[in-house]
Amino acid sequence: MEVIRSQKRTVSNDIVSTPTLPLYLTAPPMEVRLEEFELFAIDRLRVLKGVSDGLARGRNPNEMDDLVDTLWKEHMRLPDVSEMINKDIISHFVLRLVYCRSDELKKWFLSMETALFRHRFRIKKIEEQRAIVGEFGLPYKAVIGAELESLKERLVLVARSLCQTSSDVENIYYKVGVPLLSYLFIYYKLQIHLSEQLIHFHLKKVPFEEVPDLVATRRVLLQKGYAFVAGSQLVSLVVTQFRSHLSKALILTNRKWTTTIREREKDRLTPIVEALSTSYLGPDYTQSSEYADISLKDIDQVSKSSFPLCMRHLFEKLREDHHLKHGGRMQLGLFLKGVGLKLDDALAFWREEFTKKVGSERFDKEYAYAIRHNYGKEGKRTDYTPYACSKIITSAPGAGDHHGCPYRHFSEDNLKAALSRMGLSSRGMEDVMDKVRNRHYQLACTLTFEAVYGTSCDTGINHPNQYFEESQKILKSKNPTAPV
Amino acid sequence: MTREEIDNNGDAMMIDDPNPKIENEFNVHYLRIYYGNLFPYSDIHKWLSYGHDGKHPGCDEYYFGRREFSFTLENDVYLRYKSFKNASAMEDAIKSNFPYKIDIGAVYSVDPDKRHAYAHSGTNLFTPVERELVFDIDITDYDDVRYCCSGADVCAKCWPLMTVAIKVIDTSLREDFGFKYILWVFSGRRGVHCWVCDAKARRLTNEQRSAVAEYFRVYKGNENNAKKVDLMGHSLHPFLARSYVDFLKNFFEGELQTNQSIFSSKEKYEKILGMITDEDIQSDLRGKWENSARSSLSEEATSLLRWEQLKKTLQSKKNKALSLRTCIEEIVFTFTYPRIDLEVSKQMNHLLKAPFCVHPKTGRVCVPIDPNNCDEFDPLAVPTLSQLIEEINAGGLSMDVDDDSDKSLLGKSIKFFRSSFLEPLLKSCKEEIESSYKTKIGKSKDTFSW
Repeated sequence: MEVIRSQKRTVSNDIVSTPTLPLYLTAPPMEVRLEEFELFAIDRLRVLKGVSDGLARGRNPNEMDDLVDTLWKEHMRLPDVSEMINKDIISHFVLRLVYCRSDELKKWFLSMETALFRHRFRIKKIEEQRAIVGEFGLPYKAVIGAELESLKERLVLVARSLCQTSSDVENIYYKVGVPLLSYLFIYYKLQIHLSEQLIHFHLKKVPFEEVPDLVATRRVLLQKGYAFVAGSQLVSLVVTQFRSHLSKALILTNRKWTTTIREREKDRLTPIVEALSTSYLGPDYTQSSEYADISLKDIDQVSKSSFPLCMRHLFEKLREDHHLKHGGRMQLGLFLKGVGLKLDDALAFWREEFTKKVGSERFDKEYAYAIRHNYGKEGKRTDYTPYACSKIITSAPGAGDHHGCPYRHFSEDNLKAALSRMGLSSRGMEDVMDKVRNRHYQLACTLTFEAVYGTSCDTGINHPNQYFEESQKILKSKNPTAPV
Repeated sequence: MTREEIDNNGDAMMIDDPNPKIENEFNVHYLRIYYGNLFPYSDIHKWLSYGHDGKHPGCDEYYFGRREFSFTLENDVYLRYKSFKNASAMEDAIKSNFPYKIDIGAVYSVDPDKRHAYAHSGTNLFTPVERELVFDIDITDYDDVRYCCSGADVCAKCWPLMTVAIKVIDTSLREDFGFKYILWVFSGRRGVHCWVCDAKARRLTNEQRSAVAEYFRVYKGNENNAKKVDLMGHSLHPFLARSYVDFLKNFFEGELQTNQSIFSSKEKYEKILGMITDEDIQSDLRGKWENSARSSLSEEATSLLRWEQLKKTLQSKKNKALSLRTCIEEIVFTFTYPRIDLEVSKQMNHLLKAPFCVHPKTGRVCVPIDPNNCDEFDPLAVPTLSQLIEEINAGGLSMDVDDDSDKSLLGKSIKFFRSSFLEPLLKSCKEEIESSYKTKIGKSKDTFSW
């Protein structure tokens, strides 16, 4: 793969003939524009993060199929099929560079790409699935004739052991559907004469090592080290192959990266690669949207109705102590900017509180400058972006600080008290605490959101301003005229 | 050594009193004698070398040296990442440390002694490369279904649980997984270990080991659920069906009932009633049994009778709900099916006690068990350190480490280890080394012809 700056891109004619689910076995010869290098990777990363989120939420396989389908269409679709396949391949290989660089990154990438592959595979038709299996070049033979005869009774036992209903039985072995046989299977109590028709089982004899998940769940018959894998269980086979191949490839990629690529590309690709793995991918809320234009008089009410817990806590402490330390000023101040508080209003707001403690002169001297700086009116005039959850969670509040993420930084008791002040029931609180104990802080916040507003938040919370905007949307739709 | 030599070399044997009173089963003094004279160093070395004895050009002479061992010394001092170049290095180390316990770990990519030289940030070059597939079955995991003992004790009434576990797992390893070179070892007190030594088994990844362990897993218990075995579906998987028909059913209805009488008291049968998901059937049986509490039958006969009643009731009601169809099997499985320690099997770097060690609490030697004759194995008849020392003192036949005659206490075990396990294993290892060497040579020959 060659990265170029030119406008045109030459595409190899081979691309059109590859199947729609590439196996990424080798990097194909193609040229990639520098802009595409980053953009394609970001889009794929959105898909992978969506997959990660879905898995963390415990979605079942069918739900994951739908989720992957949706995510793929949303981020990876292009009008031209061959362009779409290019993007698929390019983005995968770029992300290999990004995620090969440490064991932790490799593990995450391997899990997500494997899950992505698994669910994209599952929704393909069986002929396409068999073609993909063929692409791997696996030497597994179909089981027919006398061998099949000797196994049939036990194969039926395996099928029956997996079923709760008789229609499950036919689904195990007959994805393509052989109506007569399905009919016969409903009478599973009778002796079933399957001889010739068993050819339709599409059974493959595979070393048991190749299908560990089927072995672990006793979904296959084993004999002398071989597993007998039915057509509908092909997923297991290919996913193991896919993962094993990608795992080895990542090790090689890492070697190439550290020995040659990183140095050679230090002015071009390396900075992009290094930034990609830590990027936050949502809107940055520097410009407040239409939903978020608040004025001073509304601010107390809005803080109770729409602020996420972290900001509510900071706000309450500010009102209480008439002071916040630097970390808290930054976190809350930038949040308020994102929420729509204009600079003049912001100055008035902070002045009102701080002068109660430090007096007007000190405020002007020590604090006002910093507020104007946040709004890009001083110094190098950067319009600072409000902190995303990832930044807040990794901050380290010390003594006297109130910033950070309450789900991470509060003790269990304090967190429960704060949550009950937000109106959570004890049942809802248990769900949230469960997420906290498993260190899924953003999921905990999302559950809080869902409990408070009685609605689901499928995208998950990853930015305090997002929480605010979503909240305002809901409240305004319930009551368009009233101030919220 | 002959009898005369023993008498003449009394000093060299480090025994002061020719007929000391043997008191404790285990102590350091005896341990030294054991490791000085009885431990089969060269057999262990031959086993763990898997044919790489340097005699064939295809041998990897550093293979044995990359194996991790660990020693547990007196006062719980624990030494890990020990490795030895060869058999005599291993022997010297053991004879200078006299460990209370020796564990065998994995074969690593580099000598465990030198692992620090290979630690890089980001990627780890010190990784396990080969390791036997191992299983650990401990009778304390069955405490909820044995009434004769609990905790560390074991007796003739509950040991048969281990016997049936060996049969089920051994059969499956051979029939389902195709493994051939399997060593079962007494753990010294209350359980058994299994070492699967086929090359295929040694090269399994952690994920594959986990899959095999999960394949064997049926019992999913903790104190929160009354029903710990849930066999769903319209039938049992062929592996479970075979285990049931060939081993578990007869064991449950025969030996187990005799030894444990699992229905004879209210406390006991309530536990079983809790596994039946239908309340009506539960109360029906409860009523019958409460009324017959004053019967004149023996505990065992009562128990058997109630089992028959339960079976009959469930048979007649089985169409009531899908969950009732497998209820009888579930009860049998709960009491008899093997309960392996999953964590031991799942990871390549897990260490496991070496065969022929001596258990510090019982003084018994961890001897191999013949799976084809495991009914005859009696954990309470296994030679103890003191018995072995007494045998030496009595000037019994040679204490030669190479002795595998049937006449000495340990000889039988060593003979079994050699003939049933080591010899067939080494034969196949040598064949493999030979054939992979030939392939390599063949390949390099090809590269010359262009």
